[in-house]
Amino acid sequence: MATVEARRVSKQFGDVRAVDGVDLSTREGEFLVLLGPSGCGKTTLLRMIAGLERPTGGEILIGGQVVNDLPPRARRIAMVFQSYALYPHMSVFRNIAFPLKAAGMPRAEIPQKVEWAAALFGIERLLERKPRQLSGGERQRVALARAVVREPAVFLLDEPLSNLDAKLRASARDELQQFQRRIGTTTIYVTHDQVEAMGLGDRIAVMEGGRVRQIGTPAEVYDEPADTFVAGFLGSPPTNLVEAADVLVGFRPEHFLPREAHTDGGNLTTLPFHITRVEYLGADRILYGALEGRFEGARVVARLATTVEAKVQAGRTQDFAVRARELKFFDKVTGLRTTARVP
Amino acid sequence: MAAPAVRRWGLRAGHLGIVGLFTVFTAFPFYWMLITTFKRETDLLKRANNPFVYNEPPTLENVRILFEETLYGRWLANTLFVGLLVVVITLLLSLPAGYALARLTGRWGERLGIGIFLTYLVPPTLLFIPMARVIGDLGLQDSLWSLVLVYPSFTVPFCTWLLMGFFKAIPPDLEEAAMIDGHSRLGAFVRVVVPISVAGILTVVIFTLTLVMQEFVYALTFITAARNFTVSVGVPTFLVHGDVYFWGSLMAGAFISSVPIAILYNLFVDRFIAGFTVGAVK
Repeated sequence: MATVEARRVSKQFGDVRAVDGVDLSTREGEFLVLLGPSGCGKTTLLRMIAGLERPTGGEILIGGQVVNDLPPRARRIAMVFQSYALYPHMSVFRNIAFPLKAAGMPRAEIPQKVEWAAALFGIERLLERKPRQLSGGERQRVALARAVVREPAVFLLDEPLSNLDAKLRASARDELQQFQRRIGTTTIYVTHDQVEAMGLGDRIAVMEGGRVRQIGTPAEVYDEPADTFVAGFLGSPPTNLVEAADVLVGFRPEHFLPREAHTDGGNLTTLPFHITRVEYLGADRILYGALEGRFEGARVVARLATTVEAKVQAGRTQDFAVRARELKFFDKVTGLRTTARVP
Repeated sequence: MAAPAVRRWGLRAGHLGIVGLFTVFTAFPFYWMLITTFKRETDLLKRANNPFVYNEPPTLENVRILFEETLYGRWLANTLFVGLLVVVITLLLSLPAGYALARLTGRWGERLGIGIFLTYLVPPTLLFIPMARVIGDLGLQDSLWSLVLVYPSFTVPFCTWLLMGFFKAIPPDLEEAAMIDGHSRLGAFVRVVVPISVAGILTVVIFTLTLVMQEFVYALTFITAARNFTVSVGVPTFLVHGDVYFWGSLMAGAFISSVPIAILYNLFVDRFIAGFTVGAVK
């Protein structure tokens, strides 16, 4: 087992800086998620850790050793690709045995090891099949079994769930996490899906424009976003950002409730909200509209759980409120979090 | 009968008609070679005879002449010898070249690929004079090795280009997975890329064999001794005396050497077509 560390790692493709001086380090046995929109550099960073791309600057360490000059095969890593990259001309058995053969494991020990890995993912009965005879979910398990079979120091996963349908994805997420907890191998997981990231990660590194904007537990990055990008990227609908004098004020749609719905009292900031549209989504109602009064015209969204019974209606202006401690303040120029100022 | 049914049968008949026409068109040369092989001279030359059937009993005389009075067996062996060696050389050169062009050179890959294809378009009739000098300087005149050396000059560029298309269609993920799973790039190429490209490699083998069997200009220029001829030179040289054509034996020689290729084509026809269209679509 090992940790992975990136020190001022950057990657330049022609004129494009795909990864721009990233500092990052995993803890022992941690599940770290790299989250960001497409083109944010997360996959490039993962490929550099894997050794498939050469960094143009900085160092990558695996288990405390600088691996910049090591080829992928010498890094004691395993990777699951978005496409799964199963070898189409080999049976499932031979796919899983492939890394063992490459490592020069004695022929007699291979079947036992393959069966162990197959059993981990419940694919023992598929061993004779070819990849094209498998469903998406089965392929994903084979790819995972192939990754786990030679017990690597680090797992790298590149959007392994994105080719599954929504229902399967939820159960695959669950299995993936249980499996990672059981074997306790340091894992770096790339995704653009915030639900996956929040659900799976011990910590999340939110990336944008080739930089890590924030790294922290799911609760930290969600509740205490470091800048406006993180605040806007996480959450659905995203954080409302309202301009006030020299700062941006942010508050989550689910904290922006009718005044009477705040039953526990506390220090409330009241904002008159003109509702233009109500979306009923079953568990939630999403209200679209604009503020009135002091922040005239600022477009905001509110999300009311159905347990909030307050009456709302499109076309009306109602008093909504946010608890003062839910207000986050950001610098207007840099977008970074600043200290509270009364708006 | 309902109108759609009529229409369907019409389409079917048209379809079969066209396929039938093409079948006759492509099969006719084989039929012609086959019947002529076993025809007596007198049957062939009498103008009153129906040329499509036997008017006199068939004979093996033409085949006997081909095998006993010419070195046909030897020529077949020569052709096979050159063909197999050229296949091996072509694969050894164009597999890595095609892979490199498909993967490693970025945007220059495509330009180089087109460049290589263009060299294939230079006709042998232009090249055989300078080639003759090269062969002379190397002391390879009248040796089969001259052909082994020269033929790759046109098989390698084409096959490189062909394999490049194949390799481009293979997702790079597969090689990267193999590299992570413990192989070098070369190891990934040998264990993953080559086995997946069997169709492409077969295409190269068939294509190269065909080219070698039909090549005439170089073989005629560089080889002088009868025992070193290939089929494509030996048959017309020895079975045409001035303006006397030994039609029966000529056809026998052509038939025997073309049938194996035809069978090879038919065995792999699907993969062969895939070989020419893959990469074109993607």
